[in-house]
Amino acid sequence: MEVINLDGTEDTPKIILDRNNGIFEISGRSLPEDSAEFYQPVLDWLDEYGKNPNPETNFIFKLEYFNTASSKLILDILSKLEDIDNTSISWYYHEDDEDMEEAGTEFSELVEVPFEFKTY
Amino acid sequence: MKYIYELHKTMVARNLILVYEGEFTQEITKSVLAMAERNMDAIGEDSAVKRKVFNVMVECLQNIVKHSDEVEDGIYTDKNSAIFMIGKQDDKYIITSGNPVANDKIEHLQSKLEYINSLDKEGLKTYYKDKIKKSKGLSPKGGAGLGFIDMARKSGQKLQFDFEPINDNISFFSLKNW
Repeated sequence: MEVINLDGTEDTPKIILDRNNGIFEISGRSLPEDSAEFYQPVLDWLDEYGKNPNPETNFIFKLEYFNTASSKLILDILSKLEDIDNTSISWYYHEDDEDMEEAGTEFSELVEVPFEFKTY
Repeated sequence: MKYIYELHKTMVARNLILVYEGEFTQEITKSVLAMAERNMDAIGEDSAVKRKVFNVMVECLQNIVKHSDEVEDGIYTDKNSAIFMIGKQDDKYIITSGNPVANDKIEHLQSKLEYINSLDKEGLKTYYKDKIKKSKGLSPKGGAGLGFIDMARKSGQKLQFDFEPINDNISFFSLKNW
């Protein structure tokens, strides 16, 4: 399967989706001009991955900031992950960032995927 | 040349630290955000405050990019119809925006803002979760319909707003966050 490896920019996150190495990570800032267009390749990739996933998938979110349009797409990603067996989420937030911690808690209440919360 | 002095006095009197008037695009949004961030870094602003201010600024600026309506009336052309300002009074930031909206959208906008203002912290949280869960996708303009709710949650204050008629079809929508 192809690897998605996007460098982060001031308004888009760094994304690594690498099945062979078991790395699934979205980090940085997310406020793209067109969130739906930006995240479509990620959703397509997950559709493909879901057909033949690894025995376990640990998806890392390490976001510094995301806008409301991105939050809808993050929920779409989580909804895809919900359908993949043995998936867990590692939700990182800066130790003094209560809003990011709360955002993770809210997402964890919206989908049936185990979340682990970690600070950095 | 007196208008320069007058404008400066207005800015000082209103505690404005940044005023941007002109075209609003994603590129401009990034520049304004970078400038405001540097400004807050320079004074050693608390990182929690910085994050909240950044958050409200993004939603405000992207709202203008996505939803500002075009107006050509008198001094207004579609290239110069919106404004974005950051003010700082004592240790509080005030983020304001102004842009034209078609009159037929006002009723919907106003009831949405009033509803948000009627909710407390828990109510806003429930409303946010409910909306994000139920929405089928982004609007044709790329919004999630969550911007105002997020602003109210992050600022912890009621959203102040006003509509000033420009002409029979369009009004100037002002929004203040602090």
